[in-house]
Amino acid sequence: MNKVDELLLEEVIGTNLKEADAINIRKNGKSIERKISPYIEIVSKKDKNGIDIYVKDDVKFGIIHIPVIITESGLTDVVYNDFYIGKNSNVIIMAGCGIHNDLHKDSEHDGIHRFFLSENSKVKYVEKHYGEGKGSGKKVLNPTTEIYMKAGSSMNMDSLQIKGVDDTIRITKGELAENTTLVINEKILTNNANKAKSEFYIELNGNGSSTHVTSRSVATEDSYQEFKSNIIGNAKCYAHIECDGILKENGCVKAIPEIFAKNVDANLIHEAAIGKIAGEQLLKLMSLGLNEKEAEDAIIKGFLK
Amino acid sequence: MIELKNICFTRNNKKILDNINLVLEDEKFYCLTGPNGSGKSTLAKIIMGIEHPDSGNIYLNGVDITDKTIAERANLGIGFAFQEPVRFKGITVFDLLKFATKKNISRNDACTYLSKVGLCALEYVDREVNNSLSGGELKRIEIATVIARNPSVAIFDEPEAGIDLWSFQNLNNVFKELEATYKGVTLVISHQEKILDIADEIILLEQGNIVKKGNKIDMLDTILPSTKCCKKVKYE
Repeated sequence: MNKVDELLLEEVIGTNLKEADAINIRKNGKSIERKISPYIEIVSKKDKNGIDIYVKDDVKFGIIHIPVIITESGLTDVVYNDFYIGKNSNVIIMAGCGIHNDLHKDSEHDGIHRFFLSENSKVKYVEKHYGEGKGSGKKVLNPTTEIYMKAGSSMNMDSLQIKGVDDTIRITKGELAENTTLVINEKILTNNANKAKSEFYIELNGNGSSTHVTSRSVATEDSYQEFKSNIIGNAKCYAHIECDGILKENGCVKAIPEIFAKNVDANLIHEAAIGKIAGEQLLKLMSLGLNEKEAEDAIIKGFLK
Repeated sequence: MIELKNICFTRNNKKILDNINLVLEDEKFYCLTGPNGSGKSTLAKIIMGIEHPDSGNIYLNGVDITDKTIAERANLGIGFAFQEPVRFKGITVFDLLKFATKKNISRNDACTYLSKVGLCALEYVDREVNNSLSGGELKRIEIATVIARNPSVAIFDEPEAGIDLWSFQNLNNVFKELEATYKGVTLVISHQEKILDIADEIILLEQGNIVKKGNKIDMLDTILPSTKCCKKVKYE
């Protein structure tokens, strides 16, 4: 790994890579570093690009890092990663992709991640997307996340795209059995002429299942964002979908909510609020001594924290 | 010390403030009172720079600050607690206190400020300043952000508005302590007798004019008889 690789990795998963129990680093379409543990196994797929990650039953606490970096202009990398989480296990998974593109050809990473959570397992999944480079070639990231949850399991997913991604289509699907909880926090900042679309399809199939999806978006300059949620309540369940957007300059945000209750005991809520930064918020921070620019930055930083 | 000279403010052909002249001295606790729509909040906002007067000047310790921005006035030592505290998604109480002090304060420092306004600090310091906080909690956090700045002029716009009686009693104690210890100017907009009672001086504003300004003994007699009279008419 060179200096660019190390900096990209740091952007995606921070500096604590070595602390992980299991690691798979993928660079320009190839696995370049792997570490496994007695209770977390990583196996390359034979039929297509990608890996299968197996977490055994009753793993009390495990950390898995599977970052992807792309530094080759013009590369399209499609990868399929499947996570099998054993019964009663509790793991933190950090993934994401950093693209450095200094040339004129587009670079693209499509990560298709599927999570199979066994009974009473618990997953914290953090995914960060980042793009950089001086070239005119686009940095394109299209993550698909599918989550299949068995009884009593829970998953908390934090998804962050802060900078430099020209185009993204993010698709998140969930199927929830009884007494499961899926919490998703998505934060996206777009600038220049970036386009970001995020779609959620969640089916609440079991009694006692619940989901809370929070999407916070900041669309600046000439960028465009679209948020679509499609939540189906098939049982005695609860869903709360919250979409908040801040607009600056010519930024646009479109929110398309769809909630479909198919059971009399389903309780589904959707909230959406899009607009520029509230004047009172700026006034309050300015009354604490921040100038208008500092106040605006502080509000956006907090919003995306 | 803050001085307002010939302040006029008109909106929609209505005179909100009509040639206000006022001197507020250090180490004094002032209570600005008067009927709804008399111009109290506008006067406070003009001192903070949130509103700009059509004419007249504002002096802070002899320096003309009429053309200064809100942030410049804040950095010169004016603090302002909003009548309706603002909510923020993602910004925590700790963040707000760090902005207020302009320092990378420790959690212990933040807790000290929160304790001053009667909040159990550890419970609140990491909470977001959003809808999950009650009106009373927000009010106290708002006051803490002003106290944390240690301003030379501290303005509180109706601190008791929208809070329950129990929270009010706590707030009253906060202001009593402020009155006893604070070295700068304190200006509280209030209708509450208990807060009026703390004041060194009361300023009565009606229809954009200062009708009377004086010590609380004289002023309470001016303000309260009318209320007593109303009670008589009502119950006899």
